[in-house]
Amino acid sequence: MIECEGLSKTYRVARREAGFGNAVKALFSREYETIQALRDVSFSVRDGEIVGYIGPNGAGKSTTIKTMCGILTPDSGKCVINGRVPWRDRKKHVREIGVVFGQRSQLWWDIPVAESFRLLRDMYKVEPAVYRRNLEELTELLGLREILKTPVRNLSLGQRMRCEIAASLLHDPRILFLDEPTIGLDAVSKLNVRRFVKKRNKEHGTTVILTTHDMQDIEALTGRILLIGKGRLLLDGNLEELKKHISPKKTLHIKYQGKTPRLFEGIVLLEEKMDDTEAMEGQMKLSLDPGGLSVSAAIEALAEQTNLLDVSVTDITAEEMVAALYKEYEI
Amino acid sequence: MRVYGSIFRIRLINGLQYRSVALGEVLMRFFWGLMEILAYAALFRTGQGNFSMTFSQTVSYVWMQQVLFVLFRVVVGDGDIYSTIEEGSIAYELVRPVSLYGRWFFQSAAGRVVPTVLGSLPLLLIVPFLPGSCRMIFPSQAGRILLFVVSCVLALGVVAAFAMLMYISLFYLTSQRGIKIIVTAVTHFFSGGMIPLRFFPDRARAVVQCLPFASMRDMPLQIWCGTMTGPEVFWGMMIQIFWLAVLLLAGYAAMEHALKRVVVQGG
Amino acid sequence: MMRVYLDFISANLKSQMQYKLSFLLTVVGQFITAFTSWFGLYFVVQRVGAIDDFTQGQVTICFSVIMLSFSIGELFGGGFAVFARILGNGEFDRILIRPGSVLLQVLFPHMDFTRIGLLLQAVLVLGIAIPKSGITWTGAKAALLCLMILSGSVVFFALFLLSATFSFFTTQSLQFLDILTYGARSFGRYPFCVYGETVLKFLTFVIPLALVQYYPLLYLTERKTSPLYALSPAIALLFLAPCLAFFRFGISRYKSTGS
Repeated sequence: MIECEGLSKTYRVARREAGFGNAVKALFSREYETIQALRDVSFSVRDGEIVGYIGPNGAGKSTTIKTMCGILTPDSGKCVINGRVPWRDRKKHVREIGVVFGQRSQLWWDIPVAESFRLLRDMYKVEPAVYRRNLEELTELLGLREILKTPVRNLSLGQRMRCEIAASLLHDPRILFLDEPTIGLDAVSKLNVRRFVKKRNKEHGTTVILTTHDMQDIEALTGRILLIGKGRLLLDGNLEELKKHISPKKTLHIKYQGKTPRLFEGIVLLEEKMDDTEAMEGQMKLSLDPGGLSVSAAIEALAEQTNLLDVSVTDITAEEMVAALYKEYEI
Repeated sequence: MRVYGSIFRIRLINGLQYRSVALGEVLMRFFWGLMEILAYAALFRTGQGNFSMTFSQTVSYVWMQQVLFVLFRVVVGDGDIYSTIEEGSIAYELVRPVSLYGRWFFQSAAGRVVPTVLGSLPLLLIVPFLPGSCRMIFPSQAGRILLFVVSCVLALGVVAAFAMLMYISLFYLTSQRGIKIIVTAVTHFFSGGMIPLRFFPDRARAVVQCLPFASMRDMPLQIWCGTMTGPEVFWGMMIQIFWLAVLLLAGYAAMEHALKRVVVQGG
Repeated sequence: MMRVYLDFISANLKSQMQYKLSFLLTVVGQFITAFTSWFGLYFVVQRVGAIDDFTQGQVTICFSVIMLSFSIGELFGGGFAVFARILGNGEFDRILIRPGSVLLQVLFPHMDFTRIGLLLQAVLVLGIAIPKSGITWTGAKAALLCLMILSGSVVFFALFLLSATFSFFTTQSLQFLDILTYGARSFGRYPFCVYGETVLKFLTFVIPLALVQYYPLLYLTERKTSPLYALSPAIALLFLAPCLAFFRFGISRYKSTGS
């Protein structure tokens, strides 16, 4: 159980301006800028939930995660995780969490992965039997058997990320923090990571807090999204609902042969293309609002006019949704 | 020549950003000098006649040594030069239409002049006004100050040329830390950074005075405090010019060799 | 948990040894550094034979005690020298999400074994100084000498800790704080009384370096017989407490950089 209430944190940075004159001026008086990394952020997460944390760069995602991990001390506000205040009861708290920072390795650069795992086992005082079981399970699921003896510096990014995830789970944490876990990974590795996280959540009931810029991560993993911008928590909701909130419109892709269909009330043309003029084949991308015109009615009307080869109906994509959200909140 | 002007400008702007660093440097140099002088005061009151410099000459020597500390130091934070060598991004440097030796040499020199101007010269506003015997006394003749300045420029040249040899050695020996620490210890000691070379035993001094290290610091300081006068100054500067020429030639040749090696390796 | 730290040390030693030439050159460099400071002292004191009423042998005791303390303090506190980097590259984040002691996690992976060069030289000089100092050695006095070195190491360790802690508050270079560590090493070559009343008071009550060098030296040379002088190095150990508290305060002000 995670409960955060009114978290705020500010930084002060010196403002720098270009040019020689300004540099001399700064020698005598310096202007400071206060950056509000978090303003009054409140939310709570139940055990076993997967929550996606999104927002543009510098919005305060990492600051929140780091606060929940006990790395940062907020200026004000409350945060209680499993009954403890992370930064005050740091050692006990971190024993129950697992953390993966996608941009940075938590493994020891020069030594083989297995040695890193052993160090972690000793640090977290994992029981030998529990450690053996966990290691076996993680090695199996993440496919680590061949790379356990390799020093971390020789691993590919995808291999490293799998090891990072294994490392963060050796001590059976109840909460897993993933800060951009798929950054820089290839498509296959991304899929593997997503599949594994999902499975872990289902089978072990591990709570997962995830930040990412990759909306496919969000779509694959989470029902719930927290949107943060300029340090403020802007939205807390379900992915599907958010999509509807942004735009209930559906997009209709059709492929047809024969006469180009005439458009009618309630349907808007987005794109049109002729594939083969002789065979009279073409494509259209249409938009409609299901409030006014139902999807089936639209397809029926189109099918009457021409020979439909293929039809697909989509909501707006998560990316479009996020772009729309960022625009709406001006972040 | 414009290129060198902008190298200097960038360094200066960069240095100006770090106000507290400059202030810290002034304080550190001040207290360091003061402690040295207090120790010499104790030594001189224990045995007055045993030193080949007077106390007031020693005080002048120590203060000027502190004021020009960074100017004459061989190992300073020439950050990007080290990283260029270490990360092998030297290839980028070679496509620029400026001689690498010239650029690095000037960058080294600028990298010493700027922090000296910002962090040490302010000391000059304090030390002539200290009470009692801790005060630094300026030379009375303008001629000597001029000779001191000329000798300082030569010394800076020798320091930068020697630093170039050190950078080039890093193409061959991949132990930055080891090389830096050895070079620091040797150059500091034999250039009068620890004690004036006049306080070395006489026979050792005769040799040490002719090494390139003496040309890096001790000579201008001796001209400043008045222990080197008349023909000695002339010969001292000759030695400085000699070492500057030797080190420049050696450095230039070594650079050519090192770069050929880099190109062969495909760095 | 202790086993983890031993593992750190061995992993660190192994990786330092991977670069044999570098390690060797650095040790040699440390050795030369220590020798030049020793010669610098020797050449000057040789001309007078004493400073105030301390003989050359007694000065040499001061030099080697401080040099030894410094090198032991730095051997263990090597992590503080790279502390700004640890804060900047995210390693400190990693340390904080582990259930171990923050300080030990900073120190053990970064112990600087090249300091044996310095250590070795200081031991050599101490070996020369002990018979030359004119001190009539007894078991108790030998024990006091060890206490001076031990406490001195702790004080230097605390000074390194203190300088490193400032990195929590600024990203600018803190090189001027070297006067606390490298400066103290350099000035400690003479009994601290030679610098006058004010400096001695500062080094007694603010940074207690005189407590590990000057006051016990008075006891060793039998200028003072009060046991307080022999116990002064133990009192100096208290200096570690405020430095540790300051470090803890620094952690609460830690601004994790990047992403």
